[in-house]
Amino acid sequence: MNGRAPTSRPQIGGIRETFAPWDDPAARPLVRFDGVSKGFGETRAVAGVDLAIYEREFFALLGPSGCGKTTLMRMLAGFETPDAGRIWLADRDIAADPPHRRPVHMMFQAYALFPHLSVAQNIAFGLKRQGLPKAEIAARVEEMLALVKLEGLGRRRPDQLSGGQRQRVALARAIAPRPRILLLDEPMAALDKKLREETQFELMTLQQTLGMTFMIVTHDQDEAMVVADRIAVMREGRIVQVGRPAEVYEAPADRYVAGFIGDVTLFPGRITAREGPLVRLQSDDGAFDAEGAGDVGDQVWLAVRPEKIAVHTDPPADPRNRIAGRILDYGYLGDWTTYLVEIAPGRTIRAARANATRTVERPLGCDDSVWLTFAPSSAVVLSA
Amino acid sequence: MRRGPSAFNVAAVVAGLAFLYAPIVILVIYSFNASRLVTVWGGFSTRWYTALFQDAQMLDAVWVTLRVGVLSATLATLLGTLAAVALVRGGFRGRTALAGGIYATLVMPEVILGLSLLLLFVAVGLPRGFWTVTLSHATLTLAYATVVVQARLATFDRHLEEAAQDLGCPPWKAFVLVTLPGIAPAVAAAWMLAFTLSLDDLVIASFTSGPGATTLPMRLYSQVRLGVDPKINAVSTLLIGLVATGVIAAYLVQQRGRRRAVQER
Repeated sequence: MNGRAPTSRPQIGGIRETFAPWDDPAARPLVRFDGVSKGFGETRAVAGVDLAIYEREFFALLGPSGCGKTTLMRMLAGFETPDAGRIWLADRDIAADPPHRRPVHMMFQAYALFPHLSVAQNIAFGLKRQGLPKAEIAARVEEMLALVKLEGLGRRRPDQLSGGQRQRVALARAIAPRPRILLLDEPMAALDKKLREETQFELMTLQQTLGMTFMIVTHDQDEAMVVADRIAVMREGRIVQVGRPAEVYEAPADRYVAGFIGDVTLFPGRITAREGPLVRLQSDDGAFDAEGAGDVGDQVWLAVRPEKIAVHTDPPADPRNRIAGRILDYGYLGDWTTYLVEIAPGRTIRAARANATRTVERPLGCDDSVWLTFAPSSAVVLSA
Repeated sequence: MRRGPSAFNVAAVVAGLAFLYAPIVILVIYSFNASRLVTVWGGFSTRWYTALFQDAQMLDAVWVTLRVGVLSATLATLLGTLAAVALVRGGFRGRTALAGGIYATLVMPEVILGLSLLLLFVAVGLPRGFWTVTLSHATLTLAYATVVVQARLATFDRHLEEAAQDLGCPPWKAFVLVTLPGIAPAVAAAWMLAFTLSLDDLVIASFTSGPGATTLPMRLYSQVRLGVDPKINAVSTLLIGLVATGVIAAYLVQQRGRRRAVQER
């Protein structure tokens, strides 16, 4: 502990567990992408995206660079016009509206603070465009400065601020005019790891306090997992899967999602038998049991996460889902140790072990013979 | 370790500067010559400056030159800034052709530019005079102004404009409120450069000027042909001072802008 007093903040986890408008057939989405496509020359940046984002949701667009997530966000902001499809904001098709007529504001990746204006003038910029009275603008700026904990810095210039402070000015400037939805373009890319983690929680708190809808674009899966109510995983202009972080992680739609979010070992094979919820899979690495869908004869992939694989130094009695191997290498991460286990020449599996105690009686090292096991319920059967 | 430049370096710099500036220094010194003879030193005096300020024709030429300079520089900066915006921001076909078209005037011989302008004015029946010189100087300096503004605009963060639009500015307002303050030093530098170029142009003015609109370089040139009057030394000294001030100011303003541009990153 660093001695900081516990701060009172909303129990976001609890609120989130019950927040699921996407499961409610009567709920109307705030933003709806309807068959939206966009190309640049020969390349198709966004290809037929359908997506619904609900009021008060913290939504993440996740994907590698070049997957079209930024283009999708820029179409919502108005900086790009879709080639096809509609973008609905509440009950209005805004696809053709210019950026300045949309109640959608964006926090830019490099913040894009106006260098010739003070912090307070930056925050007031959008309010002035709305034609609010001077007194109200001043009050709102003070309110925003307090909200992002920058009291007293209103007269500074952006170049007199630290990176973290600039980030918060950019945030305050974008939320001050109270947009219907706030877009965050890689908002934490320029921050160091520690600050990034703090900022993630601050963002979540802020979103809950304001009751505002946030959409974040990121390539950082950890960031998306922490902050978002739901994640949309994008690949080559298409949405591959939309779901809560746990759904996307524990029940990935396909091999791509499984591999993009977290580490995974894949066993390609064929289903040879079914017993209730269990299927038996025959792969080159052996036969495995797993819970999942699929019929006998189907070509599938068994996906197992490293932390769901147990490492044993003595052969476990139960031969089910057991693989013998040799430790090729390992990485000590402090909280976790990741082992790279060779189970056949040239075939390796990742297994992770939580370092629950400070000392281990028999530490595992390179070239040690080990046995790996996983529970049938811990593996996912993927058909694509 | 030895500090500072070597004797050779110093000698090289002195020789180079002497080669460049000796004629100008002599001209400046002789502008304070008391003697009527241009080549004979007769003691220090400011009589030629006094005489200059009593020479109505010369003063008239100065006045014309300044007005032409201010108007043409303003017009060239305005058009040059717009051209720079189109070149840097415009995503249209034929942008390279437009750039080439603008920059061609940089390398075109002034005689040809002057002649073609004269032919144009004759063809459209525009009487030669103050306005034709002004327009011609704007044509001459437009390319220089465009280059200066374009260089700054190319490094200007486009996201700043987008942020302004995002917060409710139509594109033109985003340009005025955000882009223009950012590129203002370059715009000022472009204006000063255009003004200076207009100030010392003789060729274009000779072609496009008419009665009642004799610029200072034209007046000087015609007087020199009749014999060198020490007043010319005086007015030349003043002109050099003005041009040097303009160039140095343009440089300083641009340096300030560049420093700010670096801070933006």
